[in-house]
Amino acid sequence: MTTVAKAEEGTDSPYALSHLDALESEAVHIFREVAGEFERPVILFSGGKDSIVMLHLAVKAFAPAAVPFTLLHVDTGHNFPEVLEYRDRTVARHGLRLHVASVQDYIDRGLLKERPDGTRNPLQTLPLTEKIQKERFDAVFGGGRRDEEKARAKERVFSLRDEFSQWDPRRQRPELWNLYNGRHAPGEHVRVFPLSNWTELDVWQYIAREGIELPQIYFAHEREVFRRAGMWLTAGEWGGPKDGETVEKRLVRYRTVGDMSCTGAVDSDATTLDAVITEIAASRLTERGATRADDKLSEAAMEDRKREGYF
Amino acid sequence: MSTTTEELSATTLLRFATAGSVDDGKSTLVGRLLHDSKSVLADQLEAVEHASRNRGQDTPDLALLTDGLRAEREQGITIDVAYRYFATPRRRFILADTPGHVQYTRNMVTGASTAELTVILVDARNGVVEQTRRHAAIAALLRVPHVALAVNKMDLVDYRESVFAAIAEEFTAYASELGVPEVTAIPISALAGDNVVEPSSNMDWYGGPTVLEHLETVPVSHDLSHCHARLPVQYVIRPQTAEHPDYRGYAGQIAAGSFRVGETVTVLPAGRTSRISGIDLLGRPVDVAWTTQSVTLLLEDDIDISRGDLIVPSEDVPATTQDIEATVCHVADEALTVGHRVLIKHGTRTVKAIVKDIPSRLTLDDLSLHPHPGQLVANDIGRVKIRTAEPLPADVYADSRRTGSFILIDPADGTTLTAGMVGESFAAPEPVQDGADDGWDF
Repeated sequence: MTTVAKAEEGTDSPYALSHLDALESEAVHIFREVAGEFERPVILFSGGKDSIVMLHLAVKAFAPAAVPFTLLHVDTGHNFPEVLEYRDRTVARHGLRLHVASVQDYIDRGLLKERPDGTRNPLQTLPLTEKIQKERFDAVFGGGRRDEEKARAKERVFSLRDEFSQWDPRRQRPELWNLYNGRHAPGEHVRVFPLSNWTELDVWQYIAREGIELPQIYFAHEREVFRRAGMWLTAGEWGGPKDGETVEKRLVRYRTVGDMSCTGAVDSDATTLDAVITEIAASRLTERGATRADDKLSEAAMEDRKREGYF
Repeated sequence: MSTTTEELSATTLLRFATAGSVDDGKSTLVGRLLHDSKSVLADQLEAVEHASRNRGQDTPDLALLTDGLRAEREQGITIDVAYRYFATPRRRFILADTPGHVQYTRNMVTGASTAELTVILVDARNGVVEQTRRHAAIAALLRVPHVALAVNKMDLVDYRESVFAAIAEEFTAYASELGVPEVTAIPISALAGDNVVEPSSNMDWYGGPTVLEHLETVPVSHDLSHCHARLPVQYVIRPQTAEHPDYRGYAGQIAAGSFRVGETVTVLPAGRTSRISGIDLLGRPVDVAWTTQSVTLLLEDDIDISRGDLIVPSEDVPATTQDIEATVCHVADEALTVGHRVLIKHGTRTVKAIVKDIPSRLTLDDLSLHPHPGQLVANDIGRVKIRTAEPLPADVYADSRRTGSFILIDPADGTTLTAGMVGESFAAPEPVQDGADDGWDF
């Protein structure tokens, strides 16, 4: 559905697009540029809301033909079961091919070591990079948004990575008009961020407008949680609770979906999309500030992970 | 759907850029816009306060909101364009915040290329300085449709109208010489909050909008009837399924103007014609579509069309040429020289090209021309003549920002070398009488 924004007091012509239409059109343009210029693109798909919106946009961009990309999930081994179930159902529904890079597999083979804090988020970089090299992916779509974090605010839509997936913020190509430069040498690849200009609220409004289904953990539900580093974490086999941490049952929902060991739930009674949108519009915390332990490690935690090849 | 959702959805989007010299108070203005529109959230403010304390500062340094990289924090500088997002009930904003010193021209050109409005800051005590003239020239070169002049630090000149009026007059005269069609001058104090979000009680003599009011009400789209309609083909959609055995759709984002079902169109560079039999707007059939919608066009005839082609109305076909004259901004560290072999990306087409001549380099401070500089280095603006390996349907940039622009790419390592704008550098100094056809549509 396309809505022409109301012309208020003659300020906007009838041809002005609503902000959601403008963002949707821009994202579709980015997907089609990649389809036109790259050989082996892949969409990073975790079953989180941003990757779900990416897939929805890709489906619209190429309909009635099939999406000309495969999907890649970096599986930390600490996933929410509801999200894995959603992932598999969605992949089957669209008839897509799913690649999985498994952190657990790397740990079992002794190629990665479990961290003392039990967090597996930083461990995703190696399996991701090796999967990109092995499958020779040349464009890798990520759901990162510039409003999420300071280092991401400086990210390009087309972001060149070397063979180690490293990001060098001082050697980025200027991005002019909507002329994206996807040139890369063999072994290099380009990370592509179609949602660069979206905010958390835009993503939720778009989900509501398009009627996109989400995993249930995004809505308020009762869950056994315990407090760590100022966040409610789900109790489970992955390593919590520990000494002194007590489990309690609370009404919560997730604002972001990542590794169970470092993604916190927020207290919420929002059981519908409208309630979630109202809650976010009134929130005084960013989604990463509210829910991500790994970003609280230092001022430049995200920048450091990105330099090493993280999403 | 609740009222909240509808209200929040029915807004338009404005992309704008800010420009100011060091110490003009740009970070303070941006910080105040974000802060007073309640777009800075508690954890971000807490992080800024914490970082400011670590640096021994008493008050939160709002520049730290945008300076995100380690090197920027360590050196206290901004090294790149930062994009910020905020919203009011009337509009969503994307702000390209460009740094004031290092790689200045390159960054401002980048930010201005997608901006519909530029806010240029001056210090009321200093008035229009060399940097201000550079900023105005870049906004004029990039054909940013709206320029706002924020005369800052009015509190330090006792909020005197005469100071503001003299600066506004000098700037507007200079800008209109460059062909800027419209300047809105606003007297502000970013630090004290005068006329940024709330109207100032210290300047009763000023009856115009605050900065935020202006951003909320400036028109974001032009009258399309005066635009050349252009659709660069990105991708050909061919499902080849039992359900859609013969579907052949030409996908792209309408770069300018509008297209209508039944219209006769020409496909460039080959020049074949057909009629539009259908327009698919992301899953919904429509009779008419316009810029900047992403669409799929269906044609009556099965003609050979591929990525890189340009679909235009048959009654408004641009000339194709292998010889392009343009104004460019060089953005790479490696110089651009006469004889340089490059790739040119125009719309969705990338072809080989060679730099035939660099007739002049432009000094932005006084707009003086230096003939035959031999090369352009990073942050230089100049005129170039380019010979392309294949004919391109290039519009004049003044007529169409999207189909009159291009980038040059180094074929060896893929570096983006140069940003280019086809045609004359600046618009005619005399304002065109017909306001609807001012040559600034995009």
